[in-house]
Amino acid sequence: MISERLYSILVDSFWKILLPGLKVTIPLTVIAFSLAMVIAVIMALIQFANVKVLKHVARFYIWVVRGTPLLVQLYVVFFGLPKVGIVLDPFPSAVIVFALNEGAYGSEIIRAALESVPRGQMEAGYCAGMSYLQIMRRIVLPQALRTAFPSLSNSLIAMVKDTSLAANITVAEMFMATQRIVARTYEPLALYCEVGFIYLMFSTVLTRLQRMGEKRLDFYGYHGR
Amino acid sequence: MLEIRDVRKRFGSLEVLKGVDLHVDKGDVVAILGPSGSGKTTFLRCINFLEIPDQGTMEFDGETWDMSRISKKEIAGIRRKTAFVFQNFNLFLNKTALENVTEGLIVARRMPRAQAEETGKRALDKVGLSDRYDYYPHQLSGGQQQRVAIARAVAPEPEIILFDEPTSALDPELIGEVLEVMRELAREGMTMLVVTHEMNFARNVSTRVVFMEHGKVVEQGTAREMFENPRMERTQEFLSGTANRG
Repeated sequence: MISERLYSILVDSFWKILLPGLKVTIPLTVIAFSLAMVIAVIMALIQFANVKVLKHVARFYIWVVRGTPLLVQLYVVFFGLPKVGIVLDPFPSAVIVFALNEGAYGSEIIRAALESVPRGQMEAGYCAGMSYLQIMRRIVLPQALRTAFPSLSNSLIAMVKDTSLAANITVAEMFMATQRIVARTYEPLALYCEVGFIYLMFSTVLTRLQRMGEKRLDFYGYHGR
Repeated sequence: MLEIRDVRKRFGSLEVLKGVDLHVDKGDVVAILGPSGSGKTTFLRCINFLEIPDQGTMEFDGETWDMSRISKKEIAGIRRKTAFVFQNFNLFLNKTALENVTEGLIVARRMPRAQAEETGKRALDKVGLSDRYDYYPHQLSGGQQQRVAIARAVAPEPEIILFDEPTSALDPELIGEVLEVMRELAREGMTMLVVTHEMNFARNVSTRVVFMEHGKVVEQGTAREMFENPRMERTQEFLSGTANRG
């Protein structure tokens, strides 16, 4: 049974954990994911359009980022870069690493979605007199993003949870806040479960948003036949 | 109006077009017939530069081009004066019927939106889809989609419309509505180049028939000459064979 002491610790700590969640975890996720989507679309388009030199740059970037652990990337940027004179605060370090990391994975998702758009869409655009960029922007990319939406939502949910790794580079997000309370109260089971529950709530909200988004985006009538 | 000479195209080691010539006058409805693999679709795609020929000259609307060395800008210019109707429609899947028609007008031809919508609605009315403006392609039947595609082709008032087997992907009961729209266009004097397997259309609607096989034009003539009195044995064989089947 939960003792009165444990009960009051859980209640007290709930806000102390949720607050950094709202003030750090969510902004970190929103900023990093937005940047990641910009990177992902650019990298995907470079590869899809087969742009000569840049294509190799994109492949190299994706190769390195996908082939190394996220935690190592955080350490390199935050603890490593000061050695060469680049000193960044914890939060911007985390933003950069999460954006670059998700940018690489996201670009593969978007590239695959671009390739799934039927070739005839491009040809129909050409025959209507449109330019390559006009067709990409108005016809192909919107269809690809619709296809990529569930996978990208998945990545967003994964990123919310992965931000807990930023505790390692002293970003004062939810997990770090929890660790501090555990050090003071010595109730690891209850408190780590509590922070896990808060992550679960965040993910649940995002899952609901994903479902609403998918409904909104179902403008092609794919499911309405 | 359109004169094409000696078009050649190979894909790897396969020579698909072995020197094709074609002459089209304003108001002509030319049916291109031939067995599958004869190169007729590739030929049609070369006219719109969806495939770039290895060789060939094109005279269109008073200008002449070497088809193998044409620039992107020149291609864009030719495409603005032509239209293409695909076998599998290729409607923009993220756009409504009306948007499919107006997209090219607004984006490529810089027509004001209001005017484009008026033009688009008129084109859709003409193909009998005045009650389907706001439907997405997936909410339409194949015949309706192809009629939207024809409206999209007609709306910019092209000099010529190229049709690539426009009824081949349709259920048999939907073919009639598409052919009817094409017949109406022919009556209005639209210049049309139609790759087709519809013998009745070729016989009754087209002004000229071109018979292709193995990447070459075997024979061409008026619809009557070709169907009633073909000179080449191969043409005879093909036309009687398909006639019996159909």
